[in-house]
Amino acid sequence: MALLQITEPGQTTAPHEHRLAVGIDLGTTNSLVATVRSGMAVVLNDEHGRALLPSVVRYEGDGTVEVGYEAQAGQSIDPKNTIVSVKRFMGRGLKDIAHIESLPYEFVEGEGMVRLRTVQGVKSPVEVSADILRAMRVRAEGALGGQLTGAVITVPAYFDDAQRQATKDAARLAGFNVLRLLNEPTAAAIAYGLDNGAEGIYAVYDLGGGTFDISILRLSKGVFQVLSTGGDSALGGDDFDHRIFCWVIEQAKLKPVSPQDGRLLLTRAREAKEYLTTHAVAPISVRLGSGEYVDLTITTEIFTEITRTLVQKTLAPTRKALRDANLRPEDVKGVVMVGGATRMPQVQQAVAAFFGQEPLNNLDPDKVVALGAATQANLLAGNRAAGDDWLLLDVIPLSLGMETMGGLVEKVIPRNSTIPIARAQEFTTFKDGQTAMAIQVVQGERELVSDCRSLARFELRGIPPMVAGAARIRVTFQVDADGLLSVTAREQTTGHEARIEVKPSYGLSDDEIAAMLKDSFSHATEDAFRRALREAQVEAQRLLEAVQSALREDAALLSTLERAHVDTLVARLQAVMIGDDRRAIDDAMAALNKGTAEFAARRMNASVQKALSGKKVEELEK
Amino acid sequence: MAVTLSERAAQHVSNFLSKRGKGIGVRLGVKTSGCSGMAYKLEFADAAEPEDVVFESHGLKVLVDPKSLPYIDGTELDYAREGLNEGFKFNNPNVKDQCGCGESFNV
Repeated sequence: MALLQITEPGQTTAPHEHRLAVGIDLGTTNSLVATVRSGMAVVLNDEHGRALLPSVVRYEGDGTVEVGYEAQAGQSIDPKNTIVSVKRFMGRGLKDIAHIESLPYEFVEGEGMVRLRTVQGVKSPVEVSADILRAMRVRAEGALGGQLTGAVITVPAYFDDAQRQATKDAARLAGFNVLRLLNEPTAAAIAYGLDNGAEGIYAVYDLGGGTFDISILRLSKGVFQVLSTGGDSALGGDDFDHRIFCWVIEQAKLKPVSPQDGRLLLTRAREAKEYLTTHAVAPISVRLGSGEYVDLTITTEIFTEITRTLVQKTLAPTRKALRDANLRPEDVKGVVMVGGATRMPQVQQAVAAFFGQEPLNNLDPDKVVALGAATQANLLAGNRAAGDDWLLLDVIPLSLGMETMGGLVEKVIPRNSTIPIARAQEFTTFKDGQTAMAIQVVQGERELVSDCRSLARFELRGIPPMVAGAARIRVTFQVDADGLLSVTAREQTTGHEARIEVKPSYGLSDDEIAAMLKDSFSHATEDAFRRALREAQVEAQRLLEAVQSALREDAALLSTLERAHVDTLVARLQAVMIGDDRRAIDDAMAALNKGTAEFAARRMNASVQKALSGKKVEELEK
Repeated sequence: MAVTLSERAAQHVSNFLSKRGKGIGVRLGVKTSGCSGMAYKLEFADAAEPEDVVFESHGLKVLVDPKSLPYIDGTELDYAREGLNEGFKFNNPNVKDQCGCGESFNV
């Protein structure tokens, strides 16, 4: 039997189960993948040792899809087909997208979610994200040497159900088994909580490329509880770039620029921003496609000034999140900084001033989320280690409710409730003899349905006719650990029931996902076909060379007529092997094999005769 | 019946315990997973649970939780070397069959 080692208490692993799980930080600007090795969370680098994968996808005319650094090059030369910051479009309609006029893409209004027209056709943000996730999966499987059991993918706490569902769909499309979605700040707290083990109230200030999240967490006895969350799903480091971009346009008095120039200027703006993290002055010099030359210098003071409102915009949700948790800034024991944009000195200063303390940043702010996600993935995959038996409580970001008469919202689950959660409420009929009830599920904090986001609508039928107000209809809202919702309505006297899984109304139906998956399968057949053809061609080439070399050596063994026959067969094989009809190549090869069988036998005899001639039988017997 | 350590196993356990610097003994048990029904559990023990059954063997404490005991009662834990690999081995009289690798078993 197998020999066992003594493990730490509680660390025994099941036999034959080597569960590979990863955590993925699917970021607006960069994405990362991490895993737990020998009890330690580590980020997996690519073959060049780079941890970050730029969340950039380029679709090229010849059908290739480039992801990451390779795709980044396309930003200035081919901006229309190079999709940057696609996370901002996830589960979003045209009207939800900020600065749409300065984006170089050709948007197509899709059902519920915007699409992008590229040289490879119309792509939904889900498909673009799936291409990024696919690259992460290839990296992870390469590094871990096996199939992944599952993945935890992080999303901003502020993502609504449509955005969460879109993220899940993208992961499924990329071939991941999604263990769960995890809020980014919660992931960061896991990374810090495990490494530092410090108890108390923490704020997680996450300023990423495209999203801002603030979360108030309580860490005690190894238990994380999210007390409240807030944020802005359209505010991030990209906006700081955009401020510099606008400043450059204004200072250099540029006319409206082409998409290429716009992308180039934004790239230069980002470089200047990053340079200002460690320097007081940054040069911006660039020659535009229009021939204009921009040569400016931006100082920390100017940068701080033009981005002051952006920094302030992060503090309003921070105040609100604290208020939601009934806390004041001084109750916060530590502030965790997450996201590359928190490297900006003015952000560090503003956060320090607000909370009256220096923020924590001893982990790489770009990596904390992925590290925390990996820890969680490892746990969910069943690889528990000693002391990992803590419970993770998460909250829903927005209240969930239903429409009542007059277009009002009746909140069933208030925001910041910990999940998973189920809440039921009783409703009744409005009219005498009413036999059906429409249930409109909404998400949001406002009182009127028209101000909230409508998630789903379904009808409960078969209510027995009664006077108004006599029927009792129990509506149950249930949110699972991923923050996804199902709603059930049940008429209490008859037991009639109707339910709906909230497929947020942004578009991608199961059929569409199935169609896309099928699409990838049909490519698989095509690929398999190409491979078989290539193999047949290689084999035909080998056969031709063998026949030709035999003809050169032993042409004398064939009569003129036989020689002509072989030549015809050779010519036929040469003719079909450049085509793509594998069957024809196989047939021509078989014909040539058959047609040269006699020739081969004669050559064999001739060489045997040559070997034997002039030798006595006795010699051969030795 | 009892759960015991062979002399060799006891030597190794006390070595590991002293290297580890803490622990009151070793915990043996089973858990219901694996390809053939049950899998062995072999861990350091830092504290005895109130319901634990505690055996003494060669001066060492062997802790077994009462749920596991019926499956491993009579077991002698041995220490063996097989090629480059060495480790502990459960000589368990209750086992009827086990999977090819012996990591899990049935009673």
